[in-house]
Amino acid sequence: MIAAPALERRARPAGLRPAWLAAGVLAVLVAMLAGLAFGSARLPAGGVVVEMLNLIPGVRLDSGLSDREIAILLQLRLPRVVLGLLVGAMLALAGAAYQGAFRNPLADPHLLGVAAGAGLGVTAVIVLGASSTTEVPVTVPVAAFAGAVLAVALTWLLGAAGSRDRSPAALILAGVAVSAFLSAAQTYLLQRHVESLQQVYSWLLGRLATAGWHDVLVILPYAVVTGVIVLAHRRELDVLTVGDAEAASLGLHPQRSRYLLIIAASLGTAAAVSVSGLIGFVGIIVPHTIRLLAGPSYRSLLPLSVLFGAAFLALADLAGRTVAGDAEIPIGVVTAFLGAPFFVLVMRTSRSVPT
Amino acid sequence: MTGPAGAPAISVSGLTVRLDGTLIVDDVSLDVSEGEWVTVIGPNGAGKSTALRAVGGLLPFAGEIRWHGTPIDRLHRRDRAKAIATVMQSPVVPPAMGVYDYVLLGRTPYIPPLGRESAADLAVVDEVLTALDLDPFAGRRLDTLSGGERQRVFLARALAQGAGILLLDEPTSALDIGHQQEVLDLVDRLRAERGLTVLATMHDLSAAGEYADRMILLAGGRVVAAGTPGEVLTEANLAEHYRVRVRVIEGEHGPLVVAVRGNPTATISHSGNT
Repeated sequence: MIAAPALERRARPAGLRPAWLAAGVLAVLVAMLAGLAFGSARLPAGGVVVEMLNLIPGVRLDSGLSDREIAILLQLRLPRVVLGLLVGAMLALAGAAYQGAFRNPLADPHLLGVAAGAGLGVTAVIVLGASSTTEVPVTVPVAAFAGAVLAVALTWLLGAAGSRDRSPAALILAGVAVSAFLSAAQTYLLQRHVESLQQVYSWLLGRLATAGWHDVLVILPYAVVTGVIVLAHRRELDVLTVGDAEAASLGLHPQRSRYLLIIAASLGTAAAVSVSGLIGFVGIIVPHTIRLLAGPSYRSLLPLSVLFGAAFLALADLAGRTVAGDAEIPIGVVTAFLGAPFFVLVMRTSRSVPT
Repeated sequence: MTGPAGAPAISVSGLTVRLDGTLIVDDVSLDVSEGEWVTVIGPNGAGKSTALRAVGGLLPFAGEIRWHGTPIDRLHRRDRAKAIATVMQSPVVPPAMGVYDYVLLGRTPYIPPLGRESAADLAVVDEVLTALDLDPFAGRRLDTLSGGERQRVFLARALAQGAGILLLDEPTSALDIGHQQEVLDLVDRLRAERGLTVLATMHDLSAAGEYADRMILLAGGRVVAAGTPGEVLTEANLAEHYRVRVRVIEGEHGPLVVAVRGNPTATISHSGNT
C-alpha cells in the first residue's frame, strides 16, 4: 500500500506510446527491406537501401546494383512490396474497426461475409466484363465495394433477425450464412463462364504476384479515405466499448458512428480484395496480437494495426514466394495456415481477450 | 448554460414512452428542484428505468422534458451530456480497460471529435479520482475491481462529465448492505459539496426513503403517489401497488419498510388483475 501513491501518479490515458510507434515503423522498414532483398534473385541489402534513398528527390548515390537488378527492384519488387504493405494495412485496420463497431472480437472482413461480397463483385466484373489484361480495371474496386456493402448489410440484417441486440454468435452465424450464399452465387457465375476460371481462381487465392504500379495507384485513394475515416474515429471506438446507451449518454451518436466505420472498413476491404484477392485472417491475427501486447485502447490499436498489418502481409508474401522455391505459394494460403490456428486461440481465450 | 431563473432543474410533464408499441410510461409529470434528491420507486415493470432513460435523452418520448426550462430534445447531444450524467443499472465493463481511461470517458463531450483530451480534462479526472478515494485504483483494470469499487468508478465517470444533474438507475442493486450505504452516503455528500441534483430509481424502499427529499411512486407507468418519503411510503400505498403486506416503522431518517409474510389466499383474491 505504501507504493500506491507512486503508482497512481503514473496513471495516464491509454494512447499511442512512442515506443510502440517506433516498433511499428521499424517492423514496416524491416519487412520492406526483406521483401525487396529476398526472392528468386537475391539483391544485396545495402544496395537496396541505397536505391531506396535514391528515390528521394535530390539524392544520388551509387548502389553498386546492375541495371538489371535495379529494374527488378523498382519495376517488380517495389510495387509488389508496396501493394503488400497497403493491403495488409487495410485488412488489419478494417478488422480492428469491425471488431470495435460490432463490439465483437471475432469480427473480421471474412467472417462477416464482406470479403465474399467483394469477391462476388470482382468475379462478376471479370466474368461479365471485357477485361482480359493482367491489370486491375478501375471498375473492379467499385464492384468490390458494392459487393462488400451488400454483404455487410445482409449480415447485419440477418444477425438482427435472430435477436434484437445482435449477439456476437448471431452475427457470426449470419456472416457464415451470407458468405456461403455469396460464394454459391460466385460459383454459379464461374460455372456459366468456364473460360474465366483460370483468371478468377488465380486472383481468388490471393495474388500480389502480378502487381504493378497500376494496382497500387488503383487502391491508394480508397486506402487513404479508409485510413483517415477510421483513424479519426479511434477515440469514438473506445467510447463505444461501453455500449450504445452509455455512449449516447456521453454525447455520441452510436449508430451513426457505427455505420460510418462499417462503410469505411468495407471500402478498405473492398479495395484490398479487388487487387489482392481473398487474403484471410489478417484482420484477426494482427489486431488481437496488438491488443494482447499493447492494450485494448483503439487509440493505439488502430495506428499499430496499420503498421503491423502492413509488415505482416509483406512478410507473409515474402514467405509465400521463397519457402517453396520457384513455385509460389498463394499468399492467401500462407495467411490461412497462420490464421486458422490463431483463430482457435482467440476463441479459447476470448473471455480474457479484450474487444 | 443556465435557463431562466427559478425554473426547476428537471421538469417533466406529460411524459409518455412507448417501446415496440407497448405503453411503458403513461403521462408522467414531475419536477426536481436544483440540489434536490428525488427517487422514483415502483414495482418491477412500472416504467421507472424507462422514464429515467427518457429524461437522460436516450429514448424517443412524447410530452415535455425541460432542463432549466430548455426542452432537452433541443439540446445538442454533447451539450446534453454536459448537463445530465447517467449511471446505468449495470454499466458495461469494457474488458481490460483501465480505471483511469474509464473515468476519462466522462470527458467525451468536452473533447472535440477529432481532438484529444486537454490538460483540463486530465485535471478533472485526477480531481474526481481523489474525491472518490479512487487514487489507488487509477492504474488498475476496471474488470478486476469488486462491485462496490466499480460502482464508485461508475460514479466517478458520471462526475467527470461535470453535469449538474445525476441520473442513477438502481445504483445499489448489485451491492451488499454495507456497500449500499457507502455508495448512497457518497452520493449524498457529493450532492451537498457540488450542488448536484439527483434523480434516482431504487428498489430498496427503506434506503430510498432515508436519502430522498421527495419520492414518486410509479405503477403501471403512471404516477400514483408523490411527496415526502413519509407521505409515499405508507402501508396502504405499498399494499395496493406492490401487492405486499408491509410494516412501516418510523426511523431516524425516514420510514423503514419491512415486508411481512401475508396470507397467500387473501393476496390472490385481493389482486384484481388488469
